[in-house]
Order: sequence, then structure tokens, then C-alpha cells
Amino acid sequence: MSAATDAVIPRVLKTNEATLLEEWLKEQLGAFRAAAKISETELRGQSKEFLNLLQQATQAGQVTDIRGPSFGRVRDMLGDVSRARSLQGFSPSETAMFVFSLKRPLFARIRNELSGDADSLATVTWSATELLDKLGLFTTEVYQKSREEVITRQQQELLELSTPVVKLWDGILALPMIGTLDSARTQIVMESLLQRIVETGADIAIIDITGVPTVDTLTAQHLLKTVTAARLMGADCIISGIRPQIAQTIVHLGVDLGAVITKATLADAFRRALEMTGQRDRVLKPRA
Amino acid sequence: MDRIPILKLRNLLLVSIQVDMHDRLAMQLQDELTAKISETGARGVLIDISSLDIVDSFIGRMIANIAAMARVLDAETVVVGMQPAVAITLVELGLNLPGVRTALNVDKGMALLESATRAVEDLPDVDARHTE
Repeated sequence: MSAATDAVIPRVLKTNEATLLEEWLKEQLGAFRAAAKISETELRGQSKEFLNLLQQATQAGQVTDIRGPSFGRVRDMLGDVSRARSLQGFSPSETAMFVFSLKRPLFARIRNELSGDADSLATVTWSATELLDKLGLFTTEVYQKSREEVITRQQQELLELSTPVVKLWDGILALPMIGTLDSARTQIVMESLLQRIVETGADIAIIDITGVPTVDTLTAQHLLKTVTAARLMGADCIISGIRPQIAQTIVHLGVDLGAVITKATLADAFRRALEMTGQRDRVLKPRA
Repeated sequence: MDRIPILKLRNLLLVSIQVDMHDRLAMQLQDELTAKISETGARGVLIDISSLDIVDSFIGRMIANIAAMARVLDAETVVVGMQPAVAITLVELGLNLPGVRTALNVDKGMALLESATRAVEDLPDVDARHTE
């Protein structure tokens, strides 16, 4: 593309800034009922800033090279807008519409500018399309990425929520586990349990696996690792809530729970823990 | 050159590792501790590793070795105050330290050692042997 046609887009953006903005805004408000989610003032602010940055960027370098350094600020601004929109609950197409709706007003201005020169008009329209398409795709990409970030964060939070370490009595912690145990989860379980042992100075930790649907060799190994790590720190572990099927599986798999104390129910484990810490008589006194 | 102090506390030896453990230091500790046990006739050894953030397989093995040697010299060893990260690392390295007693802090370690050595100390001839 020659320099003459290259300069058309920034020139059009500069000379028609006000008209472009008005037409674009009308286009945006018409294209989707954004008014419900975003105020017109905010939309106007965003649009004005975007036009301004776009004009500077196209003036400075390659018109369609949106990954280049001259488009840095445009990318940042678009990124912010689409991240904000993804959080505000906009759909992906509504977010991308922010850029795409600029097409009609921009093309109209370009046609006015180059009326009579069909060749240049075609070239410039093409590069304008390319530019806006790339920017639109970029918006969608950022939108997608920020949604994925939200999902990852929620997964993380869910993981942390699903493994609470509760204090049952002086020096006795309980860790009720619900759901399937995989490596990532056991890692978090292990870390939070050990951390709580340090914080509370507990002697006994009861790991209750009533809510764990299945136990395979990997799960059993993770459990054993947790027990060993707790022992290294000076705390004993009791595994409770082993259901009949799980007991069968453990034996069939040939997993050696060896020195680990196991109990059928949390209540039994708690009783045993009280015995081990020498609090049994004090706590389980028969009522007078 | 760093040195790890070994303190005598009644009939126990207290070792508190406050510096980054490196291989030579661990070897030196092993030498000095075994010498000190036989010199003082200590009945128990308390190794406080609460300031130790990083372990590798060598240091892990050294801890197990020191405990085993102390046992040969008739002194119970308790490792106290292991950090969660260190415990996880040792487990992942496959070092379960079997035969090493552990406790959460120095206080609990001391109680554990006392109850472990009391049975032996109650015998009069053992006490007499060490006061000679």
C-alpha cells in the first residue's frame, strides 16, 4: 500500500473526529441496547478515548499492524474495556461490537474523502476493514482470557473452600474431606493441614474421608503422604470415615495403611484422639 | 565458619539449627554431636529445626543418620519444629525418617524425651553410672 493511501485513515480520523464520534455512538446505541449495562456518558468517554488513541497509532506506524509498538496504548485501552465488559456481564458479541460498530461511520467518511477515486477507495476500505477486524478479534481474545481467569480463580477458591481444617478440641484438628481426591487437591489439603498444625500446635489430626466417593492407589498414596508429613512435624493422624466398600478396595488394591490408625466413624476417631491426648476423662465424663 | 551450638541441659543435649544447613555443616554436626553424647552420657537429644526452610535429600538423610547414631549411643532423639514445606519435601523425596521421633515444638519434644527416658532413669544403677 502506498504512502498516500496509508495516510488517508489517520487523516479521516483526525478531520472527522466529532462526526465520527456522534455517528459511532448512535451506531453503538442502536446495535445493542448497551444503555442498560453502561451509561451513555461512560460509552462516550470510552469511544472518544479510543478514537483519539487510534488516530495517534495509525499516524505513527503501519496502519494494520496492531501488534506493533505504535498500537501499544490502543491495545491497553481495548484490553481494559473488554475486561471491564466481561466483568459487567456483556456477551462476547456485545463486547466485540464496540469495535465493529465503528465500521459503518468510518467507511462513510472514507467514501466522502475519496469520492471519485475508486481504486484508492477500495484499497483504503480494505485496510480499514483489516484494522478493525484485528482490533475486534483482539477484544474478543481479551474478553475470553479474562473469563478464563475468573473460572480459574473460582476453581481455586472452590478448592480452598472444600477443604476446611476445623479445630475439634484442644490439640485436635479435623479435616473433613468431600469429593474426589486428585493430586492438586491433596497438595492443597496437605499444605493447609500442616499449616494449621503449626498454627494451633495440635497433636492429633483426624482426616475424615466419609465424603470421598472412591479411593484408588493414587488417593491412598496421597493420604499416606499427608499422614507421614504430619508425623514428621510431630502430629499423629487418624483416618476415619472409611466406608465398607472403601475398606474392601484398599485391601484389594494391596495398599498398606500400616501404622496409620483408622477408625470407622469420626466419633470413634475423636474418642481415640481424646484418649491419646489424655483428655478423655475430663471430656467424656458421664452425666450425673 | 558457621557452627551449630550443642547445649547440655541436664541429661539432654539441645541442638538448635539456626543457619542454612549445608553439607559440610551437617557432617560437622554429626561428628560433634556423637562426640558430645559419649562425653556427657546424655540420655536424649533434641534437634530443633524450626528455622530450617530448605532441605535436600542429603540433609534429610543426615537427620536420619544422626538420630540412628544417637540411638546406638543410647540416647533418644527427637526432631522438633519441622516446617510444613520441609515435611512435604521430605515426604516427596521418599524420606519418611522411620525411627525418628518428632514433636511440634521444643516444649513437647522435651516432654516426650522425659517420658521416654524416665522408665530407664528410675533404675538406680543407671543413674549412678552417669553421676560417677
